[in-house]
Amino acid sequence: MSHDHTHDHDHDHDDAHPYQPDIEDFPFSERMVMTQAVAELIIEKGICSADELRAQIELMDSREPGLGAKLVAKTWVDPDYKARVLEDVAAAAAEIGIDIGEIPIKAIENTDDVHNVVVCTLCSCYPRMLIGLPPDWYKSRAYRSRTVKEPRKVLEEFGTHIADDVEVRVHDSTADLRYIVLPARPKGTEGWDEAKLAELITRDSMVGVTPAKSPEDI
Amino acid sequence: MSAGRYHPGDRVRVREAFPPGHVRTPYFVRGCAGEVQECAGAYPNPEELAYGRDGKPDIPLYRVSFLQSEVWHGYDGPGADTIVIDIYEHWLEPAQ
Repeated sequence: MSHDHTHDHDHDHDDAHPYQPDIEDFPFSERMVMTQAVAELIIEKGICSADELRAQIELMDSREPGLGAKLVAKTWVDPDYKARVLEDVAAAAAEIGIDIGEIPIKAIENTDDVHNVVVCTLCSCYPRMLIGLPPDWYKSRAYRSRTVKEPRKVLEEFGTHIADDVEVRVHDSTADLRYIVLPARPKGTEGWDEAKLAELITRDSMVGVTPAKSPEDI
Repeated sequence: MSAGRYHPGDRVRVREAFPPGHVRTPYFVRGCAGEVQECAGAYPNPEELAYGRDGKPDIPLYRVSFLQSEVWHGYDGPGADTIVIDIYEHWLEPAQ
């Protein structure tokens, strides 16, 4: 609501304004203290500068699902490109101008026979350089513990039903690799160009908790 | 890539060990038998990296596939469902 200050200021403002807490209004936890202390030490020791640290955060925040969608859309129209993605995501992403950094990412393909879904039971490993920061649910204990044990039930809760004759393959990224799912190309998209196809490819479809959107969804 | 002693198709069993400290092998898969899908390269040992050491020599990392019905008693899903877990070589031993 705009606040017009042409009126006389004879009333007080104690009651009317909704109040959004600042970050500093939440308890300053031990981990926050540790994070800040480590950041200060890194700068003091000259391991990297404050600007380099800031630039890295800026780089991470610039990553978003549109990058992964661009890569997946190209695999849908170019089988040779898909083969290169399945072989080496870093090199294939570089072809279309995406630098995924040093952490290896592996692409796994959904087919008529296999539906893939990704989880990190230990923490929150996620292909950040291709699809951005993970959503909160991906990091939740419920998702991490249940997806390995009852994946079909978890998928149903995301609105995704996988037929019994399709294998559900869970990937637990507990080590050095990160995973991105290549969702299957939806029917009814024949002749679509990459940009239009990319609109069907969501973050969740690249984690594997949903298929790509259908043409009627957009 | 195939840097280590196991190869795609090999049957392996995850060591049923419970050492203290930082370990990447999920608890629920220890003691289970599965099949090597591929070797995904070799990486510094995270159990050493976690304590500020260099993690050398690098350890081969495998993508190992397990039948869900063999990992979870009473798994509620088709018998063909699988889980693929990244496991370092020192956590694996040959299985029948």
